[in-house]
Amino acid sequence: MIRVILPAHLRTLAHIDDELKIDVNAPVTQRSVLDAIEERYPMLRGTIRDHVTKQRRPFLRFFACEEDLSHESPDAPLPDAIASGAEPFFIIGAIAGG
Amino acid sequence: MSKVRVLVGTRKGAFILTADGKREKWDVSGPHFAGWEIYHLKGSSADPNRLYASQTSGWFGQVIQRSSDGGKAWETPGGGLTAMPDGMPSGESNKFVYNASAENGKPLTTHQWYDGTQHPWEFKRVWHLEPSLTDPDVVYAGVEDAALFRSTDGAQTWHELSGLRGHGSGPRWQPGAGGMCLHTILLDPNHPDRIFIAISAAGAFRTDDAGKTWKPINRGLKSNTIPDGTAEVGHCVHRIAMHRSRPDVLFMQKHWDVMRSDNGGESWQEISGNLPTDFGFPIDVHSHEPETVYVVPIKSDSEHYPPDGKLRVYRSKTGGNEWEALTKGLPQSNCYVNVLRDAMAVDSLDSCGVYFGTTGGQVYASPDAGENWAPIVRDLPAVLSVEVQTLQ
Repeated sequence: MIRVILPAHLRTLAHIDDELKIDVNAPVTQRSVLDAIEERYPMLRGTIRDHVTKQRRPFLRFFACEEDLSHESPDAPLPDAIASGAEPFFIIGAIAGG
Repeated sequence: MSKVRVLVGTRKGAFILTADGKREKWDVSGPHFAGWEIYHLKGSSADPNRLYASQTSGWFGQVIQRSSDGGKAWETPGGGLTAMPDGMPSGESNKFVYNASAENGKPLTTHQWYDGTQHPWEFKRVWHLEPSLTDPDVVYAGVEDAALFRSTDGAQTWHELSGLRGHGSGPRWQPGAGGMCLHTILLDPNHPDRIFIAISAAGAFRTDDAGKTWKPINRGLKSNTIPDGTAEVGHCVHRIAMHRSRPDVLFMQKHWDVMRSDNGGESWQEISGNLPTDFGFPIDVHSHEPETVYVVPIKSDSEHYPPDGKLRVYRSKTGGNEWEALTKGLPQSNCYVNVLRDAMAVDSLDSCGVYFGTTGGQVYASPDAGENWAPIVRDLPAVLSVEVQTLQ
């Protein structure tokens, strides 16, 4: 079971109150985590990554185990602590005013 | 008794304002989609309880919302938790992909960029949603970068009417300061295959075959912001309006100049007349008097606020040229708000109501065609759009 922390606006959109827990088939990568999220919560398609290119939206970042993994390959394995559910995978909205 | 429902899109959510036909006491619902930019929301004239909303964010992109109960409950069409019959997840209501097929309208891949180079089309957001006049499941979307999309399944899926970009002039279209947006969609009630659209900064276009082919309709426009001021395209049209009873007569607020066409856009003539300034964004037509037109003059393209700090709606009862200031109940000193292009609307009650929203968060209503004004609300986030439904 993978744990994912979504930005507040995406939790609202997906009707999720808290941390998201979701099954992800191995290998656990950014791509497989996002595929699983979008399959379970189709209203989130296009809000984290582009519908077609699957590129991360520019004002979002992916953090895990106190590391910024945003520029890692989407097919690189995520840390064991993420794959085991010991630590959550963070999807973070960039800080911006207004 | 009749009611009115005012749909307000703001920088930080949507609000729904309702009143009975007297339009004196208002209920305010919202914010819906709090924290998101709501560029536009509009109801279907075929089913007034069917509403569509464009919810956007610089972080999370585009979301389309739909209501089937007049705005009490909302859903992302097809975006629920149930998979489609083929096992694939649904949730394509925010998927706006430009048509790149070779057989369809010579699809263009670039338009003019700010520095004069060519730039690929990139979807950014939906500026305007226009429901069909007859089918609540059919809705058009005007988007940035400029293109027209249509959904025939209640906004679950979208398909580009790519003949517009395929017209051939696309490489000469260019973004204005607000982006290259398709912001106006007018459906001709007499000719179901005729649609008028407007793009900043390309100009106005018309199709007579339901979107397969398009022609620019900018003859008579003069713009000193392009090298050839009377060019076929490149004009910064801010808004076009028509009266349903007379769809061949169009009124336009251009970047500068208020214009009129009496032949479905084939040619335009200036009707700015005695306006204090002919720069502005919205324009609308009285619901019962096709020659009565409303604009909100703004000082200039570099000073987006009313001249002299006085918020004045101007009304012409002669189809243009002769304008009168409507000021009663509007601030006449120290007012420096703007009124954006989609932020004015009229109801269709016997005494025509006129409504507009400001970047200062006020929504003003006049129940008597502009003679008297009062704020319905005055401290909303900046207002992006105002639409009105008249309900029986």
